[in-house]
Amino acid sequence: MSVLDMIGPVMIGPSSSHTAGACRIGLLARAILDATPEKAAITLHGSFAKTGRGHGTDRALVAGLLGMKPDDGRLPDALAEAERAGLALSWSEGNLGNLHPNSVRLALDGEGRHTTVVGSSIGGGVVEIVEIDGVGVRFGGARHTLLVGHEDFYGAIATVTRVVADDRVNIAALSSNRDRRGGEAVMCLELDARLSGEALAWIARIHGMNWVRMLPPVMDEG
Amino acid sequence: MAGFTLRELEAVPGRASEWVLEHDCAETGADPEAIRRTMRERLGLMRASVTAGLASTEKSLTGMVGWNAHGLWSAADVLNAPLLRRVQAYAMAVNEENARMRRIVAAPTAGSAGTVPGALLGVADHLGIGDEALVMPLVLAAGIGQAISRQMHISGSAGGCQAEIGSSAAMAAAAVTELLGGSARACVHAATLALANSIGLVCDPVGGFVEVPCVSRNAFFSVHAVCAAQLALARLESFIPPDEVVGAMASVGRMLPPELRETGEGGLATTPTGLAVTARVRGDGS
Ligand code: SF4
Repeated sequence: MSVLDMIGPVMIGPSSSHTAGACRIGLLARAILDATPEKAAITLHGSFAKTGRGHGTDRALVAGLLGMKPDDGRLPDALAEAERAGLALSWSEGNLGNLHPNSVRLALDGEGRHTTVVGSSIGGGVVEIVEIDGVGVRFGGARHTLLVGHEDFYGAIATVTRVVADDRVNIAALSSNRDRRGGEAVMCLELDARLSGEALAWIARIHGMNWVRMLPPVMDEG
Repeated sequence: MAGFTLRELEAVPGRASEWVLEHDCAETGADPEAIRRTMRERLGLMRASVTAGLASTEKSLTGMVGWNAHGLWSAADVLNAPLLRRVQAYAMAVNEENARMRRIVAAPTAGSAGTVPGALLGVADHLGIGDEALVMPLVLAAGIGQAISRQMHISGSAGGCQAEIGSSAAMAAAAVTELLGGSARACVHAATLALANSIGLVCDPVGGFVEVPCVSRNAFFSVHAVCAAQLALARLESFIPPDEVVGAMASVGRMLPPELRETGEGGLATTPTGLAVTARVRGDGS
């Protein structure tokens, strides 16, 4: 943690958890979709549902979906920006289960892709993505994050980490989860640097890998 | 564990802020000049928030705040206490900008963003000290926050307002102390005194919004920080050692029920007026 995390970050108010954190969840969800979202069905949970509007949580989430960072001066006008950008929004409130009170589910469609992401803003602007397309995950977007959706097969993790090692990138944290044995699994590697495009293409070509995403860090504001 | 304790910081022979900066750069690999440059930019943004906030009477998102900083700043100084008035007005100016969804510098959080600039810029302007002298005290303020966060996550939801505004007051107290020539030991004790006298402060924002009591609380605790600096500069010290005080704050934070940790389900938030306003804010519009 740097001194710049304590006097900082620079952000649009009013709340690190309800505004800046919400924006980061939106940014990560957009990166997971890996496309310009055209439709977003947003379900607010807990305190996001109860106090979200007075905190600008709705605008912050949408700002993130539009690719804005938490310090972007256009954040307060994100709902109007969404209309201009052709992003159709639908809102609901719901109980997403035993999650942090500041949580949201974003079901996104864009450029023929679809993904559903659940994220929580766990305090001070720090966020956690906890579910992607029904599979439990856990990462905060503080580092470069490599996500790989794959069939649950023998040696999947070893295969991917070998490519990462060959690309000379350090792995800071690694986790993996699956919806059931032999089903769909998501592996999540937090890295010290971006993987090269070549390495990403390699991973995508490995048999049994369904999708690969390289997410940028979202904790450092502009 | 990474980072440093307040005990280490108080033993530093030279300027506490220089030590914090060296330590930070050694740990993160950052360039000290780049950190100083970013800090200077953030100081400029704090300055802009103060100026905009003092001038504005625009209401916040919920309409509960927006006129306080301007109101105090344009009122007569009946106490003949210009420092007091300035510090309070600056602090509220920043927090009202925050509540209007303007760009602010979290210090360390958005809800407590007014305390550090209120105290530091308020004292500097009162004494006619230029902004360049405030850059390193801001680094020290951040260092105090880092040392506190070793024991308690700095947020109202983790430890109540004592963890959030209490920490910001401790950070501000150390910054003001260094600005006025205090030793590392004096800076750490200023921070400690500020924190020790914030213990127990609950987080009870009306409706869960960062407005009431948050805006006035920044005003009060920026003054609190200046008081702590005044004691420490006169060589008064905390009887309980600094890291133990942080530990005490953290333990009280863990004892606080969830109702008093940013949920808006206790304290001022559940007064009849608090509840009525909450129902109105949540009910209109969407
Ligand atoms: S009452 Fe809660 S929300 Fe308000 S400033 Fe204190 S910690 Fe932040």
